[in-house]
Amino acid sequence: MQRLIKSALVALWFVVLTFPIMGIKINTVTHSVDLRSDRMLMLALGIFILAAVWDWAFSRKSRGLPVISLPQGLGSSLARFCGSASVRRGSACAVLAGLIVMPWVSSLYQTNIMTSALLYIMLALGLNIVVGLAGQLVLGYAAFYAVGAYTYGLLYQYFGLGFWACLPLGGAMAVFFGLVLGFPVLRLRGDYLAIVTLGFGEIVRLTLQNWSTVTGGPRGVSNIPRPGLFGMDLTLEMSSTYLYYLVVAAVIITIIVISRLKNSRVGLALQALREDEIACEAMGINLTRVKLSAFALGSCWAGFAGVIFAAKTTFINPASFTFMDSAMILSMVVLGGMGSITGVVIAAVILILAPEYLRAFSEYRMLIFGMIMVLMMIFRPQGLVSGERATYRISALEGRAGKGEGA
Amino acid sequence: MDFQYFLELFFGGLTRGSIYALIALGYTLVYGIIQLINFAHGEVYMLGAFTALIVAGILGFTGFPAVGILLVAALVAVVWCAAYGYTLEKVAYKPLRGAPRLSPLISAIGMSIFLQNYVILAQTSDFVPFPRLIPEFDFLEYIDYIMGPSDLVILVTSTCTMIALTLFIHYTRMGKAMRATAQNRKMAMLLGIDADRIISLTFIIGSALAAVGGVLIASHMGQVNFNIGFLAGMKAFTAAVLGGIGSIPGAMVGGLVLGLCESFTTGYLSGNYEDVLAFGILILILIFRPDGILGKATVQKV
Amino acid sequence: MNAGMNETRQHDATAARLTARTARPVLEVRGLSKNFGGLRALNDVDLSINEQEIVALIGPNGAGKTTFFNCITGIYTPTEGSVELYDADGEPTRLNGRKPHEVTELGMARTFQNIRLFADMTVLENVMIGRHCRTRSGILGALLRDPATRAEMQDTVDRSYALLESVHLADVYNEKARNLSYGAQRRLEIARAMATEPRLLLLDEPAAGMNPQETLELEALVRDIRARHKLSIMLIEHDMGMVMSMSDRIYVMEYGSRIAAGTPEEIRTNPLVIKAYLGEDEHA
Repeated sequence: MQRLIKSALVALWFVVLTFPIMGIKINTVTHSVDLRSDRMLMLALGIFILAAVWDWAFSRKSRGLPVISLPQGLGSSLARFCGSASVRRGSACAVLAGLIVMPWVSSLYQTNIMTSALLYIMLALGLNIVVGLAGQLVLGYAAFYAVGAYTYGLLYQYFGLGFWACLPLGGAMAVFFGLVLGFPVLRLRGDYLAIVTLGFGEIVRLTLQNWSTVTGGPRGVSNIPRPGLFGMDLTLEMSSTYLYYLVVAAVIITIIVISRLKNSRVGLALQALREDEIACEAMGINLTRVKLSAFALGSCWAGFAGVIFAAKTTFINPASFTFMDSAMILSMVVLGGMGSITGVVIAAVILILAPEYLRAFSEYRMLIFGMIMVLMMIFRPQGLVSGERATYRISALEGRAGKGEGA
Repeated sequence: MDFQYFLELFFGGLTRGSIYALIALGYTLVYGIIQLINFAHGEVYMLGAFTALIVAGILGFTGFPAVGILLVAALVAVVWCAAYGYTLEKVAYKPLRGAPRLSPLISAIGMSIFLQNYVILAQTSDFVPFPRLIPEFDFLEYIDYIMGPSDLVILVTSTCTMIALTLFIHYTRMGKAMRATAQNRKMAMLLGIDADRIISLTFIIGSALAAVGGVLIASHMGQVNFNIGFLAGMKAFTAAVLGGIGSIPGAMVGGLVLGLCESFTTGYLSGNYEDVLAFGILILILIFRPDGILGKATVQKV
Repeated sequence: MNAGMNETRQHDATAARLTARTARPVLEVRGLSKNFGGLRALNDVDLSINEQEIVALIGPNGAGKTTFFNCITGIYTPTEGSVELYDADGEPTRLNGRKPHEVTELGMARTFQNIRLFADMTVLENVMIGRHCRTRSGILGALLRDPATRAEMQDTVDRSYALLESVHLADVYNEKARNLSYGAQRRLEIARAMATEPRLLLLDEPAAGMNPQETLELEALVRDIRARHKLSIMLIEHDMGMVMSMSDRIYVMEYGSRIAAGTPEEIRTNPLVIKAYLGEDEHA
């Protein structure tokens, strides 16, 4: 009962708080004031329920219980199910098969949406190296994406270079920018780093916007060609499909690269950097080198994705690379779980596809992104998928097991 | 004539700078106490401008005198923003006390995105005209080329607000408790200061100051939209860092310095890269002198 | 000046007497000072450690012991003085101004007073990180997974596991470090430092927060490590029982200066030390 009263009071507070912005709209055409009592009523009800849930979630959290938990038997069997290698391999194959047949069974429109979702997966995985593995909060990731896209756009415009020549160049340019940013920010603490990278992202965008003579200013670069296939003439549909497969391949490569990297010597050093910089240095890890590697790897991926993006849309302008785009990619990493590949892929798919297919949802897309970032930090900072642990083969244990069997 | 242009830029810079200073104070106060970059602070400023717009819109139909409308609108904006600031802290930051340093920052970014879109959905994503509410002052007639009525109002209001804040921080019980908490939260708590209340108070004051800034800038520029908080917030943060984050006089100095820098580069060089300048200064300061002009050097404890 | 020379000579003589088996130095610190603004945290400290010695650094809280550690490991840059680490061939390398990771690579590893593990990584991974500076494979190796990289990785895993066995943590190798008990975390820190193959191991209050039983086990562990890996150990410790029973030599600091040095016997009877540090115990 007490909880209900509390929730009611919270609801009342929010109604009063949001009343001017939510409840009133000045109509400048008819010079009248519209009161929106229906909205306020919905809001009150919504907040009432939310407040109750919030309260309940906190009481669980303070008792050390997970906010969301599956029933005992189901939870453990599900974990065992997902944990087994054959299941994982099976589901990966199923997903892959689905991706391969997709362009043949769905419309061009669907394929294009899937292409952009896959691009975002690529971006999110790239950012995951920097943020998730190495713990360096980069808020200007879209800048590297822009560098990749503009490298292709401008090199084509001025020198007529094609997609395949620009793909590595775009990656290289992005790495170069990553290092240019990386060197001076080496000494910066986490939150300052975040702000500096945000500033860097804005500088890149503003420069692209204002340096009209070279970059085309706000109008951007248009008529960028799609990638060719052995000089064949492709119809629009064929080239879209071709691009789609290209992105699928790129995502698969990304996943392989990152999963290999994650458990390697360098990957472990990146994770150590995330955990504790001072201990990291004391363990003989060269912070400069590891941080720069993280920046280079992360920005490289954004560069590749940028080139592909330019090829896909055939038109780029600075408006595609705002802070909101960086924030969107970041929220995928946050939702998916810092450092988890599966988690980030799932999160990117949810966050991109849900607004596309649920039209009612799309208006609220960014609102929900913002909310997710707050709620995830409070209730599940480790993300949707956590506890992906590498398995190491320990010779000593194997020897012992062998002996045990023999005896 | 050259000198006249200089004066024009100078006062333009002061006007701008004092707005930056007002918002920067909110960043600095919060950072001083909980070492958090309150990323959503710019959005509170934007909410202030919108609230004032709506109140002014309603009162506009009543035939109230313009000055009265401005005062009432500003008052409502201040009260509501204080409430927004308070709620923001309770919802997005308080549950994260003691979490790793980046968690509240990510939460703050989330809140910033949320609030922007909240305004888009509840109101509009377009620019909305803000009514002209600042009266003409006859005595400005002779110098109107260097200073308009809104410049004067901004300068006077922000100066008064900042003096009031300084007096509050230095001479009242609550102000002293705030300073104590900023220096050493644990010790302050042991001495019986309720840290939670002080943190709430900090958010309330910071948000109220941002609201004042929001109302002033809205009536100066004559229009508002959901996005004004982002840039203003970033610039105010630059100002706070420039002056030394955590330092109250630093925020004021930083705001003015940034305002003047912008005004002079725009006036003498080119206006195209005005925003680049602010971000450039931010990056350079953070890299080369992260403690700012008036901040104290911090030694990392191992 | 003269007094200083005398003292140095005296201590050298003591050192020679004590470690007749191997009198070769591992670490030589001369006239080390550190200022923080106007505050002198370390004042002209001399110290030397010989091969396979266990040396303790004691002193009241705030005497500058941890600052001393931070200065010689490169976390702080000393204001004055020199720090030299000798390699296996007896060649000295000056450590002043070197970065912490270089110091570790040269053969000096440490633990931290307020445990600094990689909390969200597994116990095994924590030790594997220690192998970083002794392994070489890079990004390209990681992507290609060539035989050399794989062999190196397997070697890292196996050596790390062996180290975990030696600190009795092998059975929890797959746990997250944050889930270990306090004592186990301290032992994990030691294993992680050992993974860098140090010639000199610095332990900052290894027994802090341990019960008497755990302290005894720790003492045995530290002796065992020295015997097995033939290295030198320097520790900051407040547990006098442990310090007295296991140290070959003890240095005493107060207000940033070294006030005494010698065998546990000499320290126990040194009037300066009794006055500054053990005084209360003697009179109690």
